[in-house]
Amino acid sequence: MTVSVTLTHRFAGFALDVDFAAPPGVTALFGRSGSGKTSVVNAVAGLLRPDQGRIVVGAEVLLDTARGLRVPVHKRRIGMVFQDGRLFPHLTVRQNLTYGQWFAPKGADEFDHVVALLGLKALLHRRPGTLSGGEAQRVAIGRALLSRPRLLLMDEPLSALDDARKAEVLPYLERLRDETNIPILLVSHSVAEVARLATTVVALEAGRVVACGPAASILADPETVPVFGVRDAGAVLEGVIAAQHGDGLTEIAVSAGRLFVPRVSGEAGARLRLRIAAQDVILSRTAPVGLSALNILAGTVTAVRRGGHGGAMVQIAAGSDTILARITARSADALALEPGVAVHAIAKSVGVAQADVGRVGPDPVS
Amino acid sequence: MTDWLTPEEWQAVWLSVRVSVWATLCSLPFGIAVAYALARKEFWGKQLLNGLVHLPLILPPVVTGYLLLLTFGRKGAVGAVLDQWFGLVFAFRWTGAALAAAVMAFPLMVRAIRLAIEAVDPRLEAAASTLGASRPMVFATVTLPLILPGVLAGTILAFAKAMGEFGATITFVANIPGQTQTLPSAIYSLLQVPGGDAQAARLVWVAIAIAMAALLLSEALSRAVARRISGR
Repeated sequence: MTVSVTLTHRFAGFALDVDFAAPPGVTALFGRSGSGKTSVVNAVAGLLRPDQGRIVVGAEVLLDTARGLRVPVHKRRIGMVFQDGRLFPHLTVRQNLTYGQWFAPKGADEFDHVVALLGLKALLHRRPGTLSGGEAQRVAIGRALLSRPRLLLMDEPLSALDDARKAEVLPYLERLRDETNIPILLVSHSVAEVARLATTVVALEAGRVVACGPAASILADPETVPVFGVRDAGAVLEGVIAAQHGDGLTEIAVSAGRLFVPRVSGEAGARLRLRIAAQDVILSRTAPVGLSALNILAGTVTAVRRGGHGGAMVQIAAGSDTILARITARSADALALEPGVAVHAIAKSVGVAQADVGRVGPDPVS
Repeated sequence: MTDWLTPEEWQAVWLSVRVSVWATLCSLPFGIAVAYALARKEFWGKQLLNGLVHLPLILPPVVTGYLLLLTFGRKGAVGAVLDQWFGLVFAFRWTGAALAAAVMAFPLMVRAIRLAIEAVDPRLEAAASTLGASRPMVFATVTLPLILPGVLAGTILAFAKAMGEFGATITFVANIPGQTQTLPSAIYSLLQVPGGDAQAARLVWVAIAIAMAALLLSEALSRAVARRISGR
């Protein structure tokens, strides 16, 4: 099911003008605060009336200002997970979860399935005021899911949580992406979150779409680096756990070789997605010897983009994956890096942060 | 147990209770509707409505009573119609006392409920609508449960005010024992008679007891409801 969104809206001192299509999977709306991300999801949910626009989810037209059509919020069947949870304080967790079921079309009872998916069983009798931030957000996700939405909107669902709580909720979002067929529109200003969850990225800046496409290629494109910030830029690789080693490292097979990262839980064979920050990658024209770094992938330079402040972003094709390296323009010149040149990309194993490693696909055990 | 008050005095006490209960219950739906409109809606004439609702709080009660007599009296614009179509007469009946009490207590009720509605996070209501609830359902399942403490407080406050209403009542429906003589009117009458002080004092105690009980009840109720909706 594809979601297509075309909107223009004028706020005081700010204009929103976006047009994008979101294929199935998780589409991340990425941008800094004030870039218009939240306004876009509010318009899709019907909480904001745009001046002009057309919003189509699957075959259902929710908004078409040209035809004067506007489906009211409660008839859109769009589940929304807000930044601040917004659980109903006068209801128990169970009552919060079933709230949307009163109004949803009848169908198979998914209560037990959703409760299991989000690990909510122990919380059912609790009241919202007694939940931790992470628990509350999981309940909010369950509540949205159980209203049988056509589309799930998540407005920075993790930004109100501390790192430990984020780490607690993220795996549930991955399961949601991999185990349900509901398309998800995720608002985020965190590159790490986008890298872990998104199938498609729509980058917004000052109310306009500046980049749009599959996550792997957008994140590995030197041209979009300014959007994500030089420090946060980094390519996403997909791999499979090859082995768990006794020295605390996990060996991951990627298309161009093997990577070693600090222990990631999972059976051998589990699929992973990992992000390697561009600034943690160094390049060598010759195969390095006598180096402490464990992760060396051979590849070919596909693009070089020189930025300000004497830096350069180098895109390398390694196997079927793409790696992004941030080096100085001086090094790029010294190594004569240009498209077609063979290089070795080197990353220290600790350069792969735990938070940047995420699961893909259903658990091989279950 | 009943012989410490004369039958006439009991009559006045019960009439007051009946008048106040009717006044409060009948004005409650209007109170909630007006409070909701004032708290959440923008419409032409909002300030006018706000002023009208609060007028009885500021006007001398005798003026409110006189205006009620002009409007709802047998020959009044509204009173004549109600009499003709529904056989509903207010002038010099207990129903008139209830109307006067309701009008005088209305601003207090609306203020309490309006404050409660303004304290409800509209974002919770937005969340409910994204879950499929229509406007009336959002009100019934989210807004109303959350404002219940305010509604209770407003109701009890209005009841207590209705119990004590005197000026507008005596102007509108006079002071007829068994018909329109409420507790305050009875006390007033006794104080006009030489040697009626002792009798009046007993009624004063009754008035204090009822007011105190209403306040305690409202405190206990709003605390219980507040605990329930705090989310803990």
